[in-house]
Amino acid sequence: MRYLPHTQADIDEMLKVVGVKSLEELFVDVPKPCRTENPLELPSAMTEWQLDSHMESLAANMAYSPKFKVFMGAGSYEHFIPMSIRYLLGRSEFSTAYTPYQPEISQGTLQAVYEFQTYCTRLLGMDIATASHYDGSTALAEAILLSIKKTGRKKIAISRTIHPLHRQVLDSYLRPMSCEIIDLNWNSAGKIDISNIAKNESIAAVVVQSPNFFGCIEDLADISALAKEQESLFIVSFTEPLSYGLLKRPGDLGADLAVGEGQSLGIPRSFGGPGLGIIASTKKYMRSLPGRLVGTTKDLDGEDGFVLTLSTREQHIRREKATSNICSNNGLCAVNAAMYLASLGGTGFRELALINHNKCEYLKQQLISVGIEISFSGNTFNEFVINLGDKSEQIYQKLLKKNIVLGLSLGKYYPNLRNHFLMCVTEVMSKGDMDILVKEVKK
Amino acid sequence: MSNSSGTSGLILKEPIIFEKGKVGRCGFSLPENDVGDFPLPAELIGEKPDFPDLSEVEVVRHFTRLSQWNYGVDTGMYPLGSCTMKYNPKTNERQAGLPGFSSVHPLLPEELCQGSLQLMYELQEFLAEITGMDAVSLQPAAGAHGELAGMLIIHKYLEKRGSVRHKILIPDTAHGTNPASAALCGYTPVTVHSNKNGILSPEDIQNLMDSDTAGIMITNPNTLGLFEENIIEIARIVHSKGGLVYCDGANLNAIMGIVKLGEIGVDIVHLNLHKTFSTPHGGGGPGAGPIAVTRDLESYLPIPRIVKNHEQYTLDDNFPDSIGKLLTFHGHFGVLVKAYSYILSLGPDNLKRVSQFAVLNANYIKEQLKDYLYLAYDRACMHECVFSDKNQEKYGVTSLDMAKRLIDYGFHPPTIYFPLVVPGALMIEPTETESKEEIDRFIDAFKTIVEEVEHEPEKVKSAPMKSKVRRLNETLAARKPCLCG
Repeated sequence: MRYLPHTQADIDEMLKVVGVKSLEELFVDVPKPCRTENPLELPSAMTEWQLDSHMESLAANMAYSPKFKVFMGAGSYEHFIPMSIRYLLGRSEFSTAYTPYQPEISQGTLQAVYEFQTYCTRLLGMDIATASHYDGSTALAEAILLSIKKTGRKKIAISRTIHPLHRQVLDSYLRPMSCEIIDLNWNSAGKIDISNIAKNESIAAVVVQSPNFFGCIEDLADISALAKEQESLFIVSFTEPLSYGLLKRPGDLGADLAVGEGQSLGIPRSFGGPGLGIIASTKKYMRSLPGRLVGTTKDLDGEDGFVLTLSTREQHIRREKATSNICSNNGLCAVNAAMYLASLGGTGFRELALINHNKCEYLKQQLISVGIEISFSGNTFNEFVINLGDKSEQIYQKLLKKNIVLGLSLGKYYPNLRNHFLMCVTEVMSKGDMDILVKEVKK
Repeated sequence: MSNSSGTSGLILKEPIIFEKGKVGRCGFSLPENDVGDFPLPAELIGEKPDFPDLSEVEVVRHFTRLSQWNYGVDTGMYPLGSCTMKYNPKTNERQAGLPGFSSVHPLLPEELCQGSLQLMYELQEFLAEITGMDAVSLQPAAGAHGELAGMLIIHKYLEKRGSVRHKILIPDTAHGTNPASAALCGYTPVTVHSNKNGILSPEDIQNLMDSDTAGIMITNPNTLGLFEENIIEIARIVHSKGGLVYCDGANLNAIMGIVKLGEIGVDIVHLNLHKTFSTPHGGGGPGAGPIAVTRDLESYLPIPRIVKNHEQYTLDDNFPDSIGKLLTFHGHFGVLVKAYSYILSLGPDNLKRVSQFAVLNANYIKEQLKDYLYLAYDRACMHECVFSDKNQEKYGVTSLDMAKRLIDYGFHPPTIYFPLVVPGALMIEPTETESKEEIDRFIDAFKTIVEEVEHEPEKVKSAPMKSKVRRLNETLAARKPCLCG
């Protein structure tokens, strides 16, 4: 087998040095009751060519562009990814390296991650960003755990317009902590009603997503002011970081922590993973942050270099007292994001954000013109919700037959939004694609 | 140093990206805006992001140069103990990159994503078979995430039985994520000391296990590279007091086809796909940490679960005892594809050989170096062996120094200062994908370094000398943190 270089001659020589007569004898210290009598029952080995064939037939059983037009975002966005990035990520010096515990021979990874950290601070208007987390939901969970530890309070005010799957993850993480969750509901504009915050005291954090799950842009400055009054941390989450190429940044509007999903930044959707969890904070929380941090330093000759730093926060040093249990994170995805932002540049990123917004707004206006109700009046970036009424399932299935996925049905997540669909438009949709959708819906 | 693989070569300096570029450049083919302008209210709009504008050439050169400063498994031997840095097959990359896998939205209607659901279902079956367990969840994003899932399952299972407990037993050889994960679930770790043979004694477990202890987190083989021989008895003791056995499966590379964890008393195990199952480490992830459980615990697995109804694969949320969701979507699918491809490429007989050769390689290194480095436990090891710097103490040279000198010889250093039970530990895990010639070169290099320690210690203490940077000042970095440019 091409990954197993040992020849019989190699094996014989090595067994002699070790002092045993067979490969089986290497396992004498494994007591007989522990050794299995049941050989592995798995498919026989495939050649590379059989594997190609098998995988192609599985992959063919999937819906993707250009055959299918999928107007869904909801935390997983279709954006163009330049070939230059796929090529650079294929460099095995990046992909086959481990965590940079030996920094002298990992300066490539370390500088790339330092650049990623810097991009995040600039994108979100914050002071510090970590080297990555698994995804937006776990990044948010970690941020909330941080706020509980920092304030010693157990109440959290969480918006119901946070991605419902993120909220499910939060429930799992927070259950052992016996926290009290105060829900913040939305108004007709699709933005959160902040009156519940003022009514409550001793809140560890106020947690809001913007643009929220309905695509609406929240009034972050107002919420920030309220949180400050309460001496709570203000945590802003996001699922579409491209929006901050256009909108005012969480850091400019008072966020203590800005956390979310970075998949939009040049990472393929890949059926939901791997994505990219981003955590950024103000200086104040530096020593409480979970996850790895790359910092600058000098070597013996005074040359500049990078190392993982502030490691006393981490599990390999602090064990049960660590700020988190995270070890492997999504390092290569962070490098991926840095490459994407490097390729776009500030000018290109702003341009791309505008294109996303304009295309989405166009679809929205076209749908309005054929009588479709837009569920919420708030301003949106590249997602919005429509109400298709009683005929919603019919319309959805009709479009499916034409290889169009209209959007994400919200009934599963919000029972009183049963006939509503969350739609998304990015730069990949052409005017023609959208006109076809509108035509089909109108019918 | 004529026998050294390490040599100097021309690489280029490269400033951080924020010092490059010119306003107006772009490295991206921007699509056109074919719909007109729909401006948002001015008060919502922020400043243009402060990112440098670069051409595609600048971007490619920048990251190409950075990559050339890195040492990866494709460069050479990377014997990090407990990390299983085996070769990452390139065909796996092809499969994960197929548009039918990489371009797909996770929340598609099920009839439009049967391919990925089938792949995940089959991978679940493969991992259950390999571990000898009954049910699998592919959702956890890394080993530590799998550990958290395991802890939450134990917590919920015991709670349901009206037996809320507050402590959990953790061996002194455990990886740091073990107690950290237990703490996230509110458990207080109780340390169990390994005996003089480097493994756990049933008597110690007997003394510590009580009705306020949820169970034990065991790594098998452990981080000393030794099989926990008493595991069946230990599991019996833990179970007799109503507790559960969690196994950290990071070291599975030593026992595939030889030991099935489900047959020796394990209730939950996590796997590291980026270790045993060849998916690339990526310089710090993404990995994947699926968990496998016994039938009793199946209903607690994270949702949604991938189930098969006749010939249809479906995502099922209807498990009221589930610990809930731990990741937004279904798992690190792009990583799962690679592990799936690996298992299909090897087949059952080769997977067993993987473990046999991994153990052979580690024992070979142990025999060859034990007269040079102090061997912490002079007995047969499994897939990794642990030495220390005890012999070099008298020359004032440490494991750190020797590790850095290995770099000059063209090798990535082994794990150092872990496990904590061996002061000055050097944990070497070659994996099965290293050839005898490569291992012999590694052994020769280490022998040479040990000689250098005796006769030219300065060379070792001032290493590395051939890498892009000399030894870096980690104290300075922590004292004056500068975390962004």
